[in-house]
Amino acid sequence: MVARGGVVCFLEHDVDGVLDASLRALTLARSLSESSGRVLVAAMMGMVPPSDLEALAGYGVSDVFQVVVEGVEGYAPMGWARALLDLVETWGADALVAAGTDRGNEVMAHVGATTWLPMVANCLAASWLDARSLRLSRQRWAGSLVEDAVVEGVPVLLTVAPDGVAAEPAATPIATAGHEHRLAASENDRRVVVTEWIGRGGGVALADARVVVGGGRGVGSEEGFAALDELAGLLGAAVGVSRAVTSAGWRPHAQQVGQTGTKISPELYLACGISGATQHLAGCRSAKHVVTINTDPDAPILSRADYAIVGDVAVIVPALVAAIRERT
Amino acid sequence: MNVLVCVKRVPMVGARIVLTPDQMEVDVRQLGFTVSPHEECAVEEAVRIVERDGGTVTVLTLGPPEAADQLRDAAAIGANRLVHLVTDGREWDAIATAEAIVEAIRRDEAEQGPYALILLGSEAADTGDYQVGVRVAHALGRPTVSGIKHLDIGDEVLVAKREFRGGDELYELALPCVIAVKEGINLPRYPSLPGRIRAKKMPIEATEIVWREGPVRTERLRVPEEPRERAEILGAGVDGVPALVALLGQWGLLA
Amino acid sequence: MSTVNDSDLRASAVIVGAGIVGNSLAYHLALLGWRDLILIDKGPMPNPGGSTGHASNFIFPVDYSKMMTELTSDSTAQYKELGVFIESGGIEVARTEARSHELRRRASAAKAWGFPCEILDSEGVAKLVPYVDPAVVLEGLYFPSVGVVDSLRAGTIMRERAVEMGALVVRANTEITGIELSADGKNIRGVKTTAGDIETEVVAVCCGVWSPRIAQMAGATIPLTPVVHQMISVGPIPLFADTVGEISYPIIRDMDTNMYERQHGGDIEVGSYAHRAIIVNPEDIPSIEASALTPTEMPFTQDDFDPQLQDALELMPELLGDESVGVRYAINGLISMTPDGHPVLGETPEVKGLWSVAASWIKEGPGIARAVAEWMDGRAPGVDLHEADVARFYDHQRTRSHVTARAREGYNKMYGIVHPAEQWESERPTRLSPVYERERELGAFFYEAMGWERPFWYESNKHLLKKYHGRLMEREAEWESRWWSPIINAEHLALRETCGLVDLSAFAVFDVTGPGALAALQHLAVAQMDVPIGRVVYTSFLDERGGFKSDLTIMRLGIDAFRVVTGAFTGMTEKKWIVDRLPADGSAQLSDVTSSWATFGLWGPRARDVLAQCTDDDVSHAGFPFATCRVIELGGIKVRASRISYIGELGWEIYVPIEEGARAWDTIFTAGEEHGLVPVGIGVYGTTGRLEKGYRALGNELTADYSIVEAGMARPSVKKEEFIGRSAYVAQRDEVPVAHLCTFTVDDHRSAHGVKRYMLGGEPILSLEGERLVDEKDRPSYVTSAGSGPSVGKHILLAYLPAADAAVGNKLLVEYLSETYPVTVEVVGSTPLFDPDNARVRS
Repeated sequence: MVARGGVVCFLEHDVDGVLDASLRALTLARSLSESSGRVLVAAMMGMVPPSDLEALAGYGVSDVFQVVVEGVEGYAPMGWARALLDLVETWGADALVAAGTDRGNEVMAHVGATTWLPMVANCLAASWLDARSLRLSRQRWAGSLVEDAVVEGVPVLLTVAPDGVAAEPAATPIATAGHEHRLAASENDRRVVVTEWIGRGGGVALADARVVVGGGRGVGSEEGFAALDELAGLLGAAVGVSRAVTSAGWRPHAQQVGQTGTKISPELYLACGISGATQHLAGCRSAKHVVTINTDPDAPILSRADYAIVGDVAVIVPALVAAIRERT
Repeated sequence: MNVLVCVKRVPMVGARIVLTPDQMEVDVRQLGFTVSPHEECAVEEAVRIVERDGGTVTVLTLGPPEAADQLRDAAAIGANRLVHLVTDGREWDAIATAEAIVEAIRRDEAEQGPYALILLGSEAADTGDYQVGVRVAHALGRPTVSGIKHLDIGDEVLVAKREFRGGDELYELALPCVIAVKEGINLPRYPSLPGRIRAKKMPIEATEIVWREGPVRTERLRVPEEPRERAEILGAGVDGVPALVALLGQWGLLA
Repeated sequence: MSTVNDSDLRASAVIVGAGIVGNSLAYHLALLGWRDLILIDKGPMPNPGGSTGHASNFIFPVDYSKMMTELTSDSTAQYKELGVFIESGGIEVARTEARSHELRRRASAAKAWGFPCEILDSEGVAKLVPYVDPAVVLEGLYFPSVGVVDSLRAGTIMRERAVEMGALVVRANTEITGIELSADGKNIRGVKTTAGDIETEVVAVCCGVWSPRIAQMAGATIPLTPVVHQMISVGPIPLFADTVGEISYPIIRDMDTNMYERQHGGDIEVGSYAHRAIIVNPEDIPSIEASALTPTEMPFTQDDFDPQLQDALELMPELLGDESVGVRYAINGLISMTPDGHPVLGETPEVKGLWSVAASWIKEGPGIARAVAEWMDGRAPGVDLHEADVARFYDHQRTRSHVTARAREGYNKMYGIVHPAEQWESERPTRLSPVYERERELGAFFYEAMGWERPFWYESNKHLLKKYHGRLMEREAEWESRWWSPIINAEHLALRETCGLVDLSAFAVFDVTGPGALAALQHLAVAQMDVPIGRVVYTSFLDERGGFKSDLTIMRLGIDAFRVVTGAFTGMTEKKWIVDRLPADGSAQLSDVTSSWATFGLWGPRARDVLAQCTDDDVSHAGFPFATCRVIELGGIKVRASRISYIGELGWEIYVPIEEGARAWDTIFTAGEEHGLVPVGIGVYGTTGRLEKGYRALGNELTADYSIVEAGMARPSVKKEEFIGRSAYVAQRDEVPVAHLCTFTVDDHRSAHGVKRYMLGGEPILSLEGERLVDEKDRPSYVTSAGSGPSVGKHILLAYLPAADAAVGNKLLVEYLSETYPVTVEVVGSTPLFDPDNARVRS
């Protein structure tokens, strides 16, 4: 290979193609290369189908390196990091960009640790200040704050905030050439590897539940919770309640979610008839998705929720149960 | 088993963060302090391991004098030994932090032998750098993996589980190793009153360390434009149900 | 819940703050017929983030203050009607002997106001609350009617009712940004908010800890400060796992450690008033968005709570010592504190239409709202609120320094044993009479009255103890000896034997002048005001229901000039009362001349001899009749002498320009030496002297709850001129009184332990069977004033009795510290025990 320098972007992929988070990272990487007249290439671990390569033409990538570490199958953060670093050094890149996914951050952290170079995670924007330093903006406090900073030292190592940068194809597509980059494995590469992948079962303990159906005063009565129990059964979910509900004696204390109840971090918190007092919200702050069903469009929970249905729990939950039964 | 947990003192912010007039720092005057939820879980995990298998839990922090509060919080739920690398309050970057921690670990291990397990939180709540654990592991020549939600600890090997694509991936690491855990690995206990009282009396091994400048220079902080504040309304009444069912399917939550 | 309506630009009143107070106020105004009300809060419903949202919501019914007890009682009834009251019972526990003593005082107060309670021994306490370690507790005072309330729910229901009545529009997430005033700054024109402007003349500030900030927008002061109150929540408590609902065990107030512990669902909530007072500046309260929880749930400071952990563990060792039970919630909560501990209610004196409804606890909220709504509606509130009137403060009491100093001093007294006569220490001295230094030299023991240092007695009179030995009614028990001295009684006897000089410079003095002055005062006063120039009128002011509003003297200085003199404690509220009722055409003005005049009282059989020595003016009985005033020369200065006496002796009040006060004092003092003149303190003037004469005091006997007739002060006729309360008063004169104010003496002071006890006031009067006496208007009999009557050798009590019991010679009981003592009715009405014909005064 002829070293052409520029920006290397590490892309993750699965059976559906390149990850959306990686396309976002690629967009930021392209802004770095375009603004400075640098070349933009991509690196992917393992061999990829031609369709993926073609898709990358639309993103302004001139070359895609399929990186293979002999004898290392699957994810191996140290091996992947070493391989990427090898590519970067061979290619003479002055920036390595990846998506800020768990894997992306982890691999890039290893690259940083190996090289004693700084790794800046969750970036939102970046531009060259000079040959050796970058001005960038990155997230702090999971996005509540933005830091403007300058980082020195090449190659610059960045990961890109998955929710902070939109994925945009290039203005004009260019021709993308595919290559292989092979390395022999080293001892360290296999020190940490995925030994097994297990599909998820489901527990319904409140603290561990993947889905929590929440009920508040808006459920109306002790009897009103029957519909929520049914919904929870269908979703394999646990039921959590607000303090108003336990104080009213409708449900036992053990089911209370909130500051003085159980703290939950499910993938989905479906809050029914809960207004969203701060104490309660503090208990479900780390839920990944929050959906609320509430009669009051001004209730505080709507500023925490991602989605809402405005209406009466007693009407909507049974309808939801029916719709789910129909679909499954 | 000797377990070390590294934590970082961070302010407890509200929905909107207030900055100092020079926009270089968060205005913490009305704020309380804690450690990131991942680190809370790391301390809890360490305590559980030692409750089960014996040993000691050492909690270490690099931070200003007030960070002793966070060490005492850890003591209140069962940490046995508290180590404080005392700074003057200025922010340390990941490389410098890892260096200082490694120095302290090496000093400790020279006396007591290696920590079988070093735990950190997957990321600090404020800086979210994800890399201190990895840097520490590299410096010590130990394997590491992050984002862990379950640990099974054997005599010489541990199995770590992390979520991936709707399932869990398993990793096997030889001890001693470094693990960064994610919130959800356990439900941290709240400190009991006797625990609080014990924590108040526990000694802290404190050393003052000198600030090192890093290669990342903050120019300023800013509060981003108002993010989406309100929920997206899927519909009124039963009209919203189809959209919700579609989302449930999209999130992989329907059988 | 109502939605924002852009056309609501005009309101009959804008209520700022949707906590328990604001919500209740909106409802009560709606019930009184108010419409076009707008309620705004910068936070969301139902919990906008104020103290109501997190405050521990329990209600103990009894306070030493009658006003607070009545407000709590009304609030409890309202909470019950709203279906949000859960009765749990409550126990105040004593760990020390001193506290046991105090519990008995509380029990007597409970008896006076009619609340059931019972003293339990430690086993009895542990029976009701099994997790209390009986070894740590001496006794407990059990109130079965204590309960908890869902104040958020109550507020929500009341707010929604008002909306349903079509009376109220609610604007949540709307912040007030300014208050628009008239050009002279004295009236409201409207408010500015983040959702637009609203035209209105009335703004009610129900903002709790934010109230000073809001009032400041109109240039007014609401004297309160946010203060931290720490609370933690510990759980899950295994014992509570099987209980249902919010609370199943009585609440514990651990008085000696300044803490409370109560079940809250699966947790036990522990609150503390023991930590150092932490004052928060209203400007430093964080915004809703910047708060981790809410603005009034501030980050917990562990160090401040640590000592309390030990105390709580000691009291509830198994519950709280359980290692599986964790601290799940811990905050530095914010509450409001005022300089004197009472709420701050009413129209501000600075701006008309700006109403303060602040510094209320959950337990008084709805009651306060109802009373203030009545007040706003132009009626006399159903509860006498003079102790909580926002107008009561003098300028110095509105300063941030004073407010925070008193809050700091008062915080740790929340569950403290506070003697009724206990004096503040901070911010003293502030207001000094021109003879303060002389008083100090005379060994004055100073009490503070609204900032004034007033001698209560003089140590220099110690030598009188020997002279009057045997007549001093010395006190044996420590409690009633506090803040008291037998020297007071010696001064009393000396004054009645020769004469005494009293410094009364703390009087509030107002000149009401102008062509409309007579008419204005005529309309306020019960007594005839069209009197000759130089006449001194002692009169009451009434509210429109005929209850007492003021009790003061007015001197006619000229055709169009009157001087009003009243006590320090009520001065500022009375000033506002008068100013608010001056004619709209400006034909009368009030000028506050308090700081221009010093006042001395010279009274006793030899008073005329002394005065005659200081002046060449005619001060003989014929030459200077009783109830007149004139300017005389006194030792080279001109003073106004007024021949009246609250002590019931011959003598004068002497008004002297403040800069000449010291000279006047010296002149009189020197002249008095050969006549046995002694300096005399307020202990005599305010208590012993007047009790022997049956002179009533505003706030004690004279309150909004009783009429002139019941107080035994009705004159032969009512003046024909119209005055506020006239029709009510006339009707009262036609009715048979339901109660009478009586004078009692105590027959036997000996307690069960053989110690002589002396009542201090507030104690219930009981039948010989030990039953409370309650009149047909549901008013209980309690001691309104108590004190020594050295000249008659008796301890004197004043109290209202139901008509059936009000008979001279009737034998009854008074309960003091849970023991009863026999008393006899000596007088029904106002006949004095001493010098019943008032010969001395008219000599």
